[in-house]
Amino acid sequence: MKRVGVVLLFLGMLLGTFAAAAGTDDQSSSEIARGRYLATVGDCAACHTKPGGKPFAGGLTIETPFGNLVSANITPDPKAGIGDWSDDDFVRSMQQGIAPGGKHLYPAEPYPAFTHVTREDLLALRAYLATIDPVSDAVETNRLPFPFSIRSSMIAWNLLNFTPGEFRADPAKSDEWNRGAYLVEGLGHCGTCHTPMNVMGANKKSQPMAGATLQGWYAPPLNNDQRTGLGAWSADDVVAYLKTGWGGGQVASGPMALVVADSTSKLTDADLQAIAAYLKDIAAPAGTAPAPLAASNSVMQAGRALYVVNCAACHMESGAGVAGIFPTLVKSPAVQAADTATLLDVVLNGGHAVATESSPTAPGMPAFGWKLSDNQVAALLTYIRNDWGNAANAVAANDVNAARAHPAAAN
Amino acid sequence: MARKLPATDVVIIGLGWTGSILAHELTGAGLNVVAIERGPWRDTATDFPTTYAQDELRYHIRHDLFLRPAQQTLTFRNNANQTALPIRTWGSFMPPNGVGGGGVHWNAETWRFLPSDFQLKTHLTRRYGQKFLPQDMTIQDWGVTYDELEPYYDKFEYLCGTSGKAGNIKGEKQPGGNPFEGARARDYPTPPQKQPYGPTLFADAAKELGYNPFPQPSGNLSQAYTNPFGVRLGPCTFCGFCEWFGCGNYSKASPQTTILPALVRRPNFKARTECEVTRINLDKSGKRTTGVTYVDSSGEEWEQPAEIVLLCAFQLFNVHLLLLSGIGKPYDPSRGEGVIGRNYSYQVTSSVNAFFDDKNFNPFVASGAIGMCVDEFNGDNFDHAELGFVGGGYLGAVQTNGRPILGTITPKGTPKWGAAWKEAVTKNYLSSYTASTHGSCYSYRDAYLDLDPTYTDPLGRKLMRLTFDFHQNELKMSEFLTDRLGDIVQKMGPRQLEKNPRKGPYDVSVYQTTHTCGGAIMGTDPKISALNRYLQHWDVPNLFVTGATAFPQNAGYNPTGTVGALAFWAADAIINQYLKAPGPLVKS
Repeated sequence: MKRVGVVLLFLGMLLGTFAAAAGTDDQSSSEIARGRYLATVGDCAACHTKPGGKPFAGGLTIETPFGNLVSANITPDPKAGIGDWSDDDFVRSMQQGIAPGGKHLYPAEPYPAFTHVTREDLLALRAYLATIDPVSDAVETNRLPFPFSIRSSMIAWNLLNFTPGEFRADPAKSDEWNRGAYLVEGLGHCGTCHTPMNVMGANKKSQPMAGATLQGWYAPPLNNDQRTGLGAWSADDVVAYLKTGWGGGQVASGPMALVVADSTSKLTDADLQAIAAYLKDIAAPAGTAPAPLAASNSVMQAGRALYVVNCAACHMESGAGVAGIFPTLVKSPAVQAADTATLLDVVLNGGHAVATESSPTAPGMPAFGWKLSDNQVAALLTYIRNDWGNAANAVAANDVNAARAHPAAAN
Repeated sequence: MARKLPATDVVIIGLGWTGSILAHELTGAGLNVVAIERGPWRDTATDFPTTYAQDELRYHIRHDLFLRPAQQTLTFRNNANQTALPIRTWGSFMPPNGVGGGGVHWNAETWRFLPSDFQLKTHLTRRYGQKFLPQDMTIQDWGVTYDELEPYYDKFEYLCGTSGKAGNIKGEKQPGGNPFEGARARDYPTPPQKQPYGPTLFADAAKELGYNPFPQPSGNLSQAYTNPFGVRLGPCTFCGFCEWFGCGNYSKASPQTTILPALVRRPNFKARTECEVTRINLDKSGKRTTGVTYVDSSGEEWEQPAEIVLLCAFQLFNVHLLLLSGIGKPYDPSRGEGVIGRNYSYQVTSSVNAFFDDKNFNPFVASGAIGMCVDEFNGDNFDHAELGFVGGGYLGAVQTNGRPILGTITPKGTPKWGAAWKEAVTKNYLSSYTASTHGSCYSYRDAYLDLDPTYTDPLGRKLMRLTFDFHQNELKMSEFLTDRLGDIVQKMGPRQLEKNPRKGPYDVSVYQTTHTCGGAIMGTDPKISALNRYLQHWDVPNLFVTGATAFPQNAGYNPTGTVGALAFWAADAIINQYLKAPGPLVKS
């Protein structure tokens, strides 16, 4: 019996291959390839493929401030997936957040960003998704509590927070800048994590890429603040970071490690340079940097002693780290961030750097939560935030204690 | 009954240094590779993080990283007149367990053997005559020359990022390097580690005596390094927890820090950990292996068919598996016939302890391979005609550790505990120094491995039996080397000096080194070697056996450099010769 099943499966695979081959011509295959690249740009799989799950079959729980959503099955299965959608249905869902039947999507599906993507690109993406193996597992996406569970509530939300419309190039800027803006603001949907949200969960347009906390991690500013943003980075640093996971002396870990591994490391160099050109042009917000704490401060002295014993073997006594293996703490945006969520999580729970084809080492930092008390972690972080030219607010033991209770979702 | 798995191109038994190297090379050639490892997966950040890796009690005293004798052990006797008993706690050597193998817990002393070491029998016979060698000595030529291996030594050193100073580049002597080494194509990938005070004094003393001291080649890196596979190591921070420990700083070369990050990305590589291979299977002809049978951690038995089997376990267990699988003729010492178990050899180490009044060595500033060495008395670098022995070793001040439990030496006669001991430790900890010799161990007719008639392992298989003792040749050599070392250390000006040459009989309960060798050796004659010059089994050409198992005898150096070079050499032969025409690569 078992063998018969295997033979039938094999025949089915062969037939499927022939059918796919018969239906493609050069034009559509190049469109599919472009769509596949665009799916990588958008990192669709990050939400629509759950770990160990079938590609694009959804089912991944996404935490929002309002409750949980579950990502949709976007395979071509006609019932469970989007196989029976028309091209217009697909474009409308991406650009306006409205699925067939007038069903309003929640902006966890980042249509406020995808609205900027051209119809042509969306149809290429659709053509690629149509080649995925259909999966018949139905997913109930809406797990929100009442009243958020009422989808029509999004009509009002959209009125207040959503400006639909495809990307329009800025003729005053270079083609490269415009390409970067299109990728960052559109499919790349970088602002979904890196721009702060208002109380309704919409990105604050007045603070583009100013940094935001979600799921226990702090997505740092991508503006050009010298201390906490990309101000000290060159465009090449940005490209290297997105390509290899390492740039500006920093390494991607946490959720950004997944973004680099699954998306940005696979983009063309030209697109990465375009992204860098655009990001490097986002102005730093006004404001004054805090003054560093004095080295003579007793907390600083305690922190320094802890640093030498626990951290200096890798990050060096100078804080400079070792290029490509141990991140530098000197002038590090992550170290000086206003929000210490990431910093606390990495010190308490450890973390793994991203592994990429060009930089496969993926060194890990061990957890120190079991070894250091709340006061010790607070002193240590206060110290590294205020030596070597760094300057940032002191970290309180209470913050450490709170972070222990809420470890980050992904690592 | 074993359940049969889908066939693969290559199955690798043991994912240590050689298994990792071969897996990387063969997956790179497009083959599907399944590695089966008895121990657990091990990764730097999760298994030996800096937060607790430096734990002498856990790792050194309690053997946390090593094979448990309850998993697998062997029996031991000094000679055939004794009854062998099982080793129930490791002593003289420490068999590894888990991914990375011995590469996790070595000191990272990364040497090349001398050109004459590879043609030892021919060389010594030519220089001193056949009668000069003891009658029962069974040394052999390797079947491969230093010059043939040189590009593969180079590959291993550039994989590891080895820190050192060349002594001979393409025949040109290099000041500051080892003048006796074989010619190398280029210098080491990274400069030598910085030397602490003790090795610096030792080198000055050696120079005064007319010797040529040089920094020991070290796999604990002097600076950050990115290897040809794109994997990056950091600089060593001299914590002094190398041998017995995993390195939490990514600075000791190991499969984890040099190969595995690149290997695990490859879709044609699979690893099955905590799975013990119980048998290498043969077809009916007995001339071809069909794959392996293994038992997983829940006791289920599986058959993994493969076109090529690579036996890459620790030296002892390679031999054990060959004996259990009935591959190759077991060695019979009474007739001097057979090949599996033949030419077991080891390493002959000794030391000199010196106690000073006016020195502070800071012994805790250490790395497994920082030190200064002299090679004047290694191999056949010196005339043995009047000495009555053959072989030799390097002499060195290698500052491996100043750890608190076992790193505290006291003058002879000091009590082992109590107030007087504490006082002696306090007085001598910073101001004493141990230098060492690392000597060759040649092979003999009565030193061998076979299956034990009495004892079995948890799976009911016969344990292997080790029959081994030191011979007069090696003990004379050790006395000579220790005296020469004593001459140098005496020049450093101690108030008291104690020489500890190796004495017989061999004691399997006292740690010496983990450099067990031989048992399925490479060579040119299938009657007296198990493997041809490519590490290919003479009788079963789709089986290759790697590691120090293949050493016909051991030279006066740590073996890992040669083990790594041979792995790359075998990989090259498999890819560029065997795959094109599967079959024996050397006619027997």
